[in-house]
Amino acid sequence: MNREVVIRTDKLTKQFGDFIAADQLSIEVYAGEIFGFLGANGAGKTTAMRMLCGLSVPSSGTATIAGYDVYSQTEQIKKHIGYMSQKFSLYEDLTVRENIRFFGGIYGLSDKQIKEKSALLINTLGMEQMAAKLVADLPLGWKQKLAFSIAILHDPDIVFLDEPTGGVDPITRRQFWDLIYNAADRGITIFVTTHYMDEAEYCNRISMMVDGQVKALDTPANLKKQFNVATMDEVFFHLARSAKRKGD
Amino acid sequence: MKQLSVFIRKEFFHVFRDRKTLLLLFGMPLAQVLLFGFLLTNEIRNAKVLICDYAKDDASQRIIEKLKASRNFDVVQQKPSNAAIQEAFRKGSISLAIVLPQHLAYDLEHNHSAGVQIIADASDPNKASTLSSYATNTISAYQAEINMPVNGPRIDTEIRMIYNPELKGVYNYVPGVISLVLLLICVLMTSIAIVKEKESGTMEILLVSPLNPFLIIISKAVPYFVLSVVNLSCILLLSCTLLGMPMQGSLLLLYFESSLMILTCLSLGLLISNVTASQQAAMLISLMGMLLPTTLFSGFMFPLENMPMPLQLIANLVPSKWYYIIVKDVMIKGLGIRDVWKETLILAGMTTVLLLISVQTFKTRLAS
Repeated sequence: MNREVVIRTDKLTKQFGDFIAADQLSIEVYAGEIFGFLGANGAGKTTAMRMLCGLSVPSSGTATIAGYDVYSQTEQIKKHIGYMSQKFSLYEDLTVRENIRFFGGIYGLSDKQIKEKSALLINTLGMEQMAAKLVADLPLGWKQKLAFSIAILHDPDIVFLDEPTGGVDPITRRQFWDLIYNAADRGITIFVTTHYMDEAEYCNRISMMVDGQVKALDTPANLKKQFNVATMDEVFFHLARSAKRKGD
Repeated sequence: MKQLSVFIRKEFFHVFRDRKTLLLLFGMPLAQVLLFGFLLTNEIRNAKVLICDYAKDDASQRIIEKLKASRNFDVVQQKPSNAAIQEAFRKGSISLAIVLPQHLAYDLEHNHSAGVQIIADASDPNKASTLSSYATNTISAYQAEINMPVNGPRIDTEIRMIYNPELKGVYNYVPGVISLVLLLICVLMTSIAIVKEKESGTMEILLVSPLNPFLIIISKAVPYFVLSVVNLSCILLLSCTLLGMPMQGSLLLLYFESSLMILTCLSLGLLISNVTASQQAAMLISLMGMLLPTTLFSGFMFPLENMPMPLQLIANLVPSKWYYIIVKDVMIKGLGIRDVWKETLILAGMTTVLLLISVQTFKTRLAS
C-alpha cells in the first residue's frame, strides 16, 4: 500500500470548558485506506471528526488534512473532503437528479461535469428508473447509497462517513460497503465511524476511542492478537469497559 | 456566483413543492385584505333599538319615522314601560333604547327644550358610543327640520374628514395587513427555512462544503424577498381596484420602503433561526414574539395615543409601527420622501442593527 499520509494529527485536543471532549489525538491515516474510527457513544468521535472536517476549531495540537492545516486552511480542506452524516441528509423534496445537481453546484463543478457525473452516478447505482423521483419516495437503502455517491461526487481526497449504515438492512449494508471499496480503489481515503463490528472487520486499520483518547490503533487482525480475543466485538468490549464517561 | 444560483434554484424548489405553505402564503394575505375590506367595517347596521314612546304625538312619530328610515337601526316598538326596557337589555335582544317622554311636542313648542333619553348597552363600549351618536344625529336631523329657534348665539361646527372623507376602514386595514403579511412571510418563513436545514442535518453538509456560509443566508433570503414583493403587489392591486384604496404617492417610494421593511424582517428571521433548533420553536417565537406585538403596537388595531406611556415607548421598538406610518403617508396622504425621511431613517437604523446582531450570532454559532 502507498504510505502517503493524508490525515495527520498530533496531540489534537478539543476542550469545552472543563470538559475535554478529544484528548491529545495523534493519528495518521494513509492515502487510499479504509480507516475505521470506533468508540462508544460519547467517546468523542463526533468532536474529533468535526475538527478534521474544519467545522470546529481545535483547542490545541496540530492536524493536517490532505496536506492542509486545520487552523488556517479550512477552505482548502473543505474542497478536498467529502462528508456524509449519520442523519440522512439529502433534500427530500428534491428529485435524485436535482440533489446531484445542487451538490455538484455547491462544490463548484461545471454544468458539463455535473451532467457527465450524474449520468455516471445514476448508471452505476442502477437508478435510471428513479432519477426523476423525489428522494423522499426512495427506500432508505437507496437514499444512503445516493448520499454516499453524492459525498464523493467531486472526487475528494478523503471522505468522512459518520455512521453511514445506521438503520439499513444487512444486504444494503453489504452493497454499501461495495461502494466504499470501489471508492477506496479509486484512491479516495475512507474515514468511517461505525457501531457494527462486522464493518470494523472490513477496515484496513481501526482506531478505538475511549473517554476522548485513542486507546488502540492497528489492523483488526493485530488488535485481536494484541488482546488475545477472537472477534472485534470482544476487542470493543475489552476497551470500552474501561470507559468512565457515560454514553449518551 | 454559480454556487449562489444553484442554491437559490434549490430554495425555489422547496417553496414551490410545498403546496400547503404556498397556499397559505398567497391565500392568507388575500383573504385578509378581502375580509378586512369588505366584512369588517366600523359602521354598525341594523342594530336592534327599542323605542318607548310615552309621547305618542306628532314629534315622537316623526322621530320614530326617521329612526326607522335609517339603515343603522332596526326599530322595535313596544308598549312603553321601564320593565320592558330592562328585560330586553337583560335578554340582549336590543343594543339601544330610546325613551321619548310625554308631552314631547308640547315641550318643544312651548319650552323650546325637551329631553330624550338614550340608553345603550355599554358592555360593548365602542358599539354603545357609536350607536348613541347615530341616534343623536338622527334626532338632531329632526331638530334641524323643524327649524327650532335657538336662544342666543349658536356655534355651528363643521366637520371635514380629510384624506378619508368617507371614513373607510380599508384605509386603515390595508396598510396594517401589508405590514402583517411582510412580517409573517419574511420572519416566519425565513427562520423556518433555515432551521429546517438544521433539523434535517443538511446544514452540516452545507457547512462542510466549500460554500461560504453567508451564501446560505443570502440564498435563503432571496426567494422570500421575491415572494414578499409579489405578495405586496397582489395586495396593492386588490386593494386599489376592488376596495378603492387610493395610491396618492409614488409607487416607487412605496416599494423602496417596503424593501427596507422586508430587509428588517429577514434579519429578524435570521436572528430567530440562529437561536432556535427546531421548526416549532422558530414558529412559536415568530408568531408569539412578532405577530402579537405587531398587531398590538403597529397602531392599526389599537390607537397608540391611548396607550400608557411605557407601552408607547415599547411600540417605538416595533418596526411595523414605522412602516405602517410610512405606508399610510405614502398611499393615502401622498407624501414624498421629504415627509417620511424620519421614519425611513428609523427603519433603516433598525435594519442595520438587526442585521449586525444576526450576522454576529451566525458567526458565533459557526465558530463553536
